[in-house]
Amino acid sequence: MTMIEHDKIKGMSDRMAAAEVRGRSPWADARRRFLRNRAAMVALFVLAGVILFALFGSHFAAWSYDSIDFSVMGSAATQGAPSMANGHYFGTDDLGRDIFARTVQGTQISLMVGIVGAGVAVIVGTLYGATSGYVGGRTDQVMMRLVDILMSIPYMFVLILLLVIFGRRIEMLFLGIGLISWLEMSRIVRGQTLTLKNREFIEAARAIGVPSWRIIIRHIVPNLLGVVAVYATLLVPLMILTESFISFLGLGVQEPLTSWGALISEGAGTMRYGTIWQLAFPLGFFCVTLFAFFFIGDGLRDALDPKDR
Amino acid sequence: MFGYILRRLAVAIPTLLLLIVFSFLLMHAAPGGPFTQERALPPQVLANLEAKYGLDDPLWRQIFDYVWRIVTDFDFGPSFVYPDRTVNQIIAAGFPVTLTYGLLSFLLAVLVGVTLGAAAAIRQNSWLDYLAVGISIGAQVLPNFVMAPILVLVFTLILGWLPGGGWSFSDPSFWIMPVIALGTSYMASIARITRSSMLEVLGSNHIRTARAKGLPPRKIIMRHALKPALLPVISFLGPCFVSMITGSVVIDMYFSTGGIGKSFVDSALNRDYAVMMGITILVGALTILFSLLVDILYAWIDPKIRY
Repeated sequence: MTMIEHDKIKGMSDRMAAAEVRGRSPWADARRRFLRNRAAMVALFVLAGVILFALFGSHFAAWSYDSIDFSVMGSAATQGAPSMANGHYFGTDDLGRDIFARTVQGTQISLMVGIVGAGVAVIVGTLYGATSGYVGGRTDQVMMRLVDILMSIPYMFVLILLLVIFGRRIEMLFLGIGLISWLEMSRIVRGQTLTLKNREFIEAARAIGVPSWRIIIRHIVPNLLGVVAVYATLLVPLMILTESFISFLGLGVQEPLTSWGALISEGAGTMRYGTIWQLAFPLGFFCVTLFAFFFIGDGLRDALDPKDR
Repeated sequence: MFGYILRRLAVAIPTLLLLIVFSFLLMHAAPGGPFTQERALPPQVLANLEAKYGLDDPLWRQIFDYVWRIVTDFDFGPSFVYPDRTVNQIIAAGFPVTLTYGLLSFLLAVLVGVTLGAAAAIRQNSWLDYLAVGISIGAQVLPNFVMAPILVLVFTLILGWLPGGGWSFSDPSFWIMPVIALGTSYMASIARITRSSMLEVLGSNHIRTARAKGLPPRKIIMRHALKPALLPVISFLGPCFVSMITGSVVIDMYFSTGGIGKSFVDSALNRDYAVMMGITILVGALTILFSLLVDILYAWIDPKIRY
């Protein structure tokens, strides 16, 4: 009993001494809060699992995503069910293609779309919003009015128009999704920049003659990182949703490549013939991944902005 | 207020024109003309066709004519793939269907969402609250194209209660699944937004005052809490409307309801640019009109807004 008490007190004094030696930075604080958030940590592990599945899943697949197993072709409902024996862990579709390999491939495309879309949003949206907010005045009004106009356009229809006219290629899909993803980000960043702009350290930088573009890059943007990180994490699932939507309609990724949306679409079309595994596995991955991103985003927000709960 | 509406209109109309010109230029930039077929047409026939549709005019003239016909006659021209049908006829055939289930989903989302969110906030940490939060988290990963197959799986294939597709204006059993599939995720978003803003309002000073002077809870909610709590919901209605119109494409495809979404995807696959443009412009106009209405509503409810 006394031993434990002694340990506790020693631990406490150690911690206090340590705290005196090196202060905790806001980032360390945020990391601690994030690590304590159980839902976000679980989501992080789940997401890591999905990413590993996308990267290394093809090594475990017995079939490639575009090869056809002629022994089950045309009779997926009776012979295509998930089975360890013939190597179709997730079953096959009616053409005899392995759902496991196709899910791995679809996961790669969907994650890539999400990350590229969010990446474009981070780069373009941050620079655009920071510039607009920092420069201010008429420039700001024109730049933000442009964003307003672009946002009031039904982008999904325009995106489909683009895809049809310039060919349904995957680069076009990336480009189209990138084009629309940065709008909301630029608004958020601009708002944040407006509050940063009048702080002393910006004034000091201006006073010693640092040019505007360098103030934006060196002083504004690093201070926006928290907001940008949170919003980017929440943007990834939205980009995945957008891509899946287009692929569900058959206008996105083209065969033999596939994505979650295309797989869900196929599965939804054939489930009435009793091949439920075609829908269940891609759908499962889709939902679990989106959940994970949302929880991580929420966790990041709680960690980086503790007053806004 | 009147000046504010005028100023908003002054932005809305150029936006719409920009959308028309942009989609026209896109269509013009497309490789291959509308009459490019596997079997090449004789040059004379092609020239006649192009003259008939005005495709031999200079570009600015084509754009001007196109916009002019829309503005004066609301005429989007003929379909390129089905010469006997005009874009107007194609839109008129599908639009009532889209409008019917679209409005119903919108009502479902707003009414159920607001009620659920407000009730959850008033009874915070009760089972109702947990239910509302659970639904709103779950529905984030259940967009329309996921809801639709799940609904069909349960209600058509397993239970056999509802028809798995098709449309009839006289039989509401065809409406149920499209409305639920389209409305659920927005209902959840609205519930979440209402709940958090209601919680904030309920913690504010004027509610405490109302409580302190002994107003009954029902009156506090109806008279003092609901209106300010609805402001964030109203600003969500604009984006909500846009994504619902977009979502109707999935509904039309999956449930074969025959709305304009189906015509849009068909024309996308057939490269029927005239129909695609017509629908894009119609949707754009509706979107802009709706966001204008939302802004006016917002300005009317929120006394703090600057016109």
